[in-house]
Amino acid sequence: MTGLVGIRLSCRRSERVVFTRLDFSIESGGALLLSGPNGSGKSSLLRLIAGLIKPFTGHLEYEGTRLQDDPARHREIIAYLGHQDAVKSMLTVGESTRFWAGLYDHPSDAHAAMAAMGLSDLADTPGRFLSSGQRRRAALARVIAGGTPVWLLDEPTVGLDAKSIAALESALAAHRMRGGIVLAATHAPIALPGAAELNLAEFEPQGFLDDADAA
Amino acid sequence: MTTARIPLLHRYANPAAFGRLAAKVLPWTTALAILLLGLGSYFALFASPPDYQQGESVRIMYVHVPAAIMSEVVYGMMAAAAVAGIIWKHALADLFVKAAAPLGAAFTFVCLVAGSLWGKPMWGAWWVWDARLTSELILFFLYLGYLALVDAFDDPQRGLRAGAILVLVGVVDLPIIKFSVDWWNTLHQPASLMTLSGPKVDPSMLLPLMLMIGGFMAFFVSVVVLRLESELLARRIRAWRTATSEE
Amino acid sequence: MSAMLRLFAHDLKLQLRLGSDLIAPVAFFVLATLLVPLGVGPEPNLLTRLAPGMIWVTALLATLLALDRLFQRDFEDGTLDLLALAPLPLEAIVLAKVAAHWVTTGLPLLIAAPVLGLMLRLDHGSYVTLEVSLLLGTPVLSMVGAFGAAVTLGARRGGALLALLVLPLYVPILIFATSAIGAAGEGLSPRPHLLLLASFFVAGLVLVPFAAAAALRNALE
Repeated sequence: MTGLVGIRLSCRRSERVVFTRLDFSIESGGALLLSGPNGSGKSSLLRLIAGLIKPFTGHLEYEGTRLQDDPARHREIIAYLGHQDAVKSMLTVGESTRFWAGLYDHPSDAHAAMAAMGLSDLADTPGRFLSSGQRRRAALARVIAGGTPVWLLDEPTVGLDAKSIAALESALAAHRMRGGIVLAATHAPIALPGAAELNLAEFEPQGFLDDADAA
Repeated sequence: MTTARIPLLHRYANPAAFGRLAAKVLPWTTALAILLLGLGSYFALFASPPDYQQGESVRIMYVHVPAAIMSEVVYGMMAAAAVAGIIWKHALADLFVKAAAPLGAAFTFVCLVAGSLWGKPMWGAWWVWDARLTSELILFFLYLGYLALVDAFDDPQRGLRAGAILVLVGVVDLPIIKFSVDWWNTLHQPASLMTLSGPKVDPSMLLPLMLMIGGFMAFFVSVVVLRLESELLARRIRAWRTATSEE
Repeated sequence: MSAMLRLFAHDLKLQLRLGSDLIAPVAFFVLATLLVPLGVGPEPNLLTRLAPGMIWVTALLATLLALDRLFQRDFEDGTLDLLALAPLPLEAIVLAKVAAHWVTTGLPLLIAAPVLGLMLRLDHGSYVTLEVSLLLGTPVLSMVGAFGAAVTLGARRGGALLALLVLPLYVPILIFATSAIGAAGEGLSPRPHLLLLASFFVAGLVLVPFAAAAALRNALE
């Protein structure tokens, strides 16, 4: 099987089951748009696919490899954009983008990634002087610079103006053109041509977790 | 009814099953605790001779020694449960660590107080930097640290897991701490004739000591079972609350 | 390996840019030690006896003071999520961060300690041992402290809790470091004490990354 596949995933946060028996599959070059009301587990699903949360049941496969069995491979393929931008106030945009690109062994990609998000002029600006939209763009540049095949984007458009959203859309298209995969949770409309949609509300557990009455 | 429950049963402690187990175990351990502690106290206070060196204060040993033993045994059990919780993700194991910790802390505290009460007539001071007492004091702080850590998280599950990791680190460090305190003690004080461990235990003292150790153990089991039960119930209430607040 | 070095350099750069935050632990180290003569009086023999213990106790506390900046900021701004997902194991990340942290907190203590030794009239024969004990001991303090910082991540009332967890674990280091200095002062060989400290260093290097990484995973989950 090519691409990224999730099989019978369920996720427990503390003592609450967020979603159960969730299946998805994305071919390389494909995209999946997560939808669902607040608290339905969009962010949890992204964190789970990223590997930050262990699935309560089920597993993930990428190009036929079970990712739980191969954490090193898992880390190599994922780029994750969370709610926070992870922009350091003491570092310039260029320094932090180069650092992240270097961690992924693509130090030369930093420049192109900043250009893709329109940050070339801000490369020498320390993080503390950036606006929230610029910080978001810096975080997206970091995702691009990693050069990983699977992008997990949690509300990528927050704080972005129309021009930056367009830049993001073309970056996503270029990524998919190269065979990359995009999973995004967003409330704002974003152009992801041919993207499948996954509504998390369909996987909400019925009732609540209480094993006593199942016994 | 729901698809969520089936896999959960394998990994989740089942309160109903545990309740049935507790109902079977609890009367026996409680009775045993009362019996052993009663008998032990009788032998310790009346039916055993005073020590030729320590006089009547030797009777403090019948509390101090079992408390000292329990303080270490409980930490060991917590560490074993922490391993089980981390490796097999058994929820009951994680809960056991939390249920046992205040008891371990209490045993350690009793041991310290009894040691200090014994020290006053023997050494002429409430506190002496004896190697055993000092290690016990550090153990007490390890317990306190665990209790504070587990309570410091908004998500109880996260607190349990952090606590389990801490207990494992503590159990690796504990022998090193004991060793270092012994080393420190021999450096700074010539070995005293009268240490808290006592020179040798006379057979007439062995019986009350054994009874008390057994009694402490049975008491520990009873209270831990009760605490586990109430913890499982509390968790169920929390589950109800989150479920109703979402509707 | 190169990723670890990159992270080390990156963290070092970040720490060095903290400016005044950077000198706070070493300033505390000096100041707290200087309070002792003010408290117990300047009698030289007394100070000589107290010096190894005082220098080491304040070194423990100074290390403690700086621990919160090891993971806390990265945890709050989302960097730690990204590091956990980066293509190097979390254990390696812990080691790289601890190393950078030690360079900015442990190393300054090594530089300040001889000056404190002079002011506290440390035995002439003890200076080398003081430095060696700090060289072997402060990295262990950083490592054990990193575990404490990792396990309290996301907890309420972090600071006091961290002290409660970490200080009991510091006891063996304190004991062997001060007894090494004491032995040197009495003209005895500090070697056995220092060898034990060295073994703690090695044991910490092997065990701490795993414990701290497990704690970090718990905090990030």
